[in-house]
Amino acid sequence: MRNAFADEITRIGREDERVVLLSGDIGNKLFDRFKEAAPGRFYNCGVAEANMMGVAAGMALCGLRPVVYTITPFTTTRCFEQIRVDVCYHRAPVVIVGTGSGLSYADLGPTHHSLEDLAILRTLPEMTVLAPADSIELRLALRQALRLNRPVYMRIGKKGEPLVHAQEPEFEIGRAITVRGGTDVCLIGTGVMVAVVLDAAKLLAQRGVSARVDSFHTIKPLDVERLAEIFSRYGLVAVAEEHGRIGGLAGAVAEWLAAQDSPSGRLLAFGTGDAFMHEIGSQRYARLKFGLTAENIAAQVTANLRARCET
Amino acid sequence: MKSAIGQGLREIEASDIGELEKLARTIRARIVETSHRTNTPHLGSCLSCVDILVAAYFHALRIDPAQPRDPERDRFILSKGHGAAALFQVLALRGFYRESLLATYGEDGGVFAEHPPAPDCLPGIEAATGSLGHGLPMGLGMALSARIQRRRYNVIALLSDGECNEGSVWEAAMMAAAQRVEHLAAVIDYNKWQATGRSQEVLALEPLVEKWRAFGWSTYEIDGHDMKALAEHLSRVPDGSGKPVAIVAHTVKGKGVSFMEDDNNWHYRIPTAEEVAAAKKELGVAP
Repeated sequence: MRNAFADEITRIGREDERVVLLSGDIGNKLFDRFKEAAPGRFYNCGVAEANMMGVAAGMALCGLRPVVYTITPFTTTRCFEQIRVDVCYHRAPVVIVGTGSGLSYADLGPTHHSLEDLAILRTLPEMTVLAPADSIELRLALRQALRLNRPVYMRIGKKGEPLVHAQEPEFEIGRAITVRGGTDVCLIGTGVMVAVVLDAAKLLAQRGVSARVDSFHTIKPLDVERLAEIFSRYGLVAVAEEHGRIGGLAGAVAEWLAAQDSPSGRLLAFGTGDAFMHEIGSQRYARLKFGLTAENIAAQVTANLRARCET
Repeated sequence: MKSAIGQGLREIEASDIGELEKLARTIRARIVETSHRTNTPHLGSCLSCVDILVAAYFHALRIDPAQPRDPERDRFILSKGHGAAALFQVLALRGFYRESLLATYGEDGGVFAEHPPAPDCLPGIEAATGSLGHGLPMGLGMALSARIQRRRYNVIALLSDGECNEGSVWEAAMMAAAQRVEHLAAVIDYNKWQATGRSQEVLALEPLVEKWRAFGWSTYEIDGHDMKALAEHLSRVPDGSGKPVAIVAHTVKGKGVSFMEDDNNWHYRIPTAEEVAAAKKELGVAP
């Protein structure tokens, strides 16, 4: 995903002279082509993220379109107050990109995990929160984010993520994409978990369960029309995210659901638990640990569907 | 549209130092009066930076209040946002909005809070500050924008000495030096106090001038109540060194009212009606 980001921001930077790329001392080689395409519009801000975010806000207030890029915890929790005050309070059109989000950097330890970013960023007024499912959604999301003219946070993976879409889907910030049709259960994924729930849907199909899959690439503003449609059709809805179960997409869906006149349907949340991961391990291991695998999602969904039939 | 900014500047240059000092006395009196009327604290902090604000807005800055969003304008950021009560008076007198608007100070639904509002809410405001350590990074972003967009404006950020506790100030200082952003100036209102004690005792601020120099800035140390020195130094950005400019302005907290000077109780204390009258008398402003 980060290569797709580097490629797309290079194209955009070539077309739009207002676009400036700020990096927190990472991705130096990754952005060599951007530096050529947009001379004088790449700034390595060093390991100083609070300043980087303030600088980006200052640039945005002068008519530029800064894109801030570094590893997710350092572009979110590290400088949350600068995002809140400098970017959101000023309604500064800054696009904040968190790379290697969720458990992408599982093997680097909890300092580099980001399992809170969706929760805290969506609390901010003026903020749009995105988690594209693959490099195709990422390119479309980045272009639209820069056109929104307002603060945007986008979390992306690292590299080698599978493609979810065979071709370019119709993409609009705030409107979920149905990736696969199904009648028995709806699986909602966000970010890199869309690929996992697609795999879960395939496993379910082998067991005779027809599962629909939606990509909620936009966590805020939440696609409530889509949610209303989903909860009117399905008794069981599962939400999967590489994020804590507190306050992320499942949290947002639950907030919406609880406020409905007669909430119906069971919400099944797949996310990381309320714990740091103290063992080391790959992203694959970490997902296994937190139950974020196609096998576990399929098993839980099957068990829930069976329990619903029995009652 | 041609910028009217240059025109405004010539007009200001004609006014002499004595006029600026008189203006500063008027503004001090209004700040004290407003504090009493609206229960607004931070009086000491406001009074210490009045001369800096007057020298900036009535002499150094190339601004046109009729075109507060002119892309070529100089930007001034009150990074020490708790000095807003002083800034609000200065902006009104400079013509960014009607002085009568200040009658709504502190009212529910108004714009004059204890800290500057977002720029969209009040003409003349460049950044909503109040949380310390934000103004210099944002100012640096604005100064880098001038480079990218090939404009020639200056950015001046006014910091408090207590604010220099914040790490983000020094992050910005390093990046400004690395990028050699010569159109950026930081003025430090060095009144030697922060909210709860001497700034030297709280976080060992000294040697402050040497710190800025060591961070790669061109440094100046002046009397922050010497209007002539302020006007000259604030007008000399860039200074030819190719570096960002740091002006450490030695000030007195509560300056201009003898019973408030260097007394940190006035960080939060609100003056009584009698104290307002006494202050105005000292300042030579009619009651």
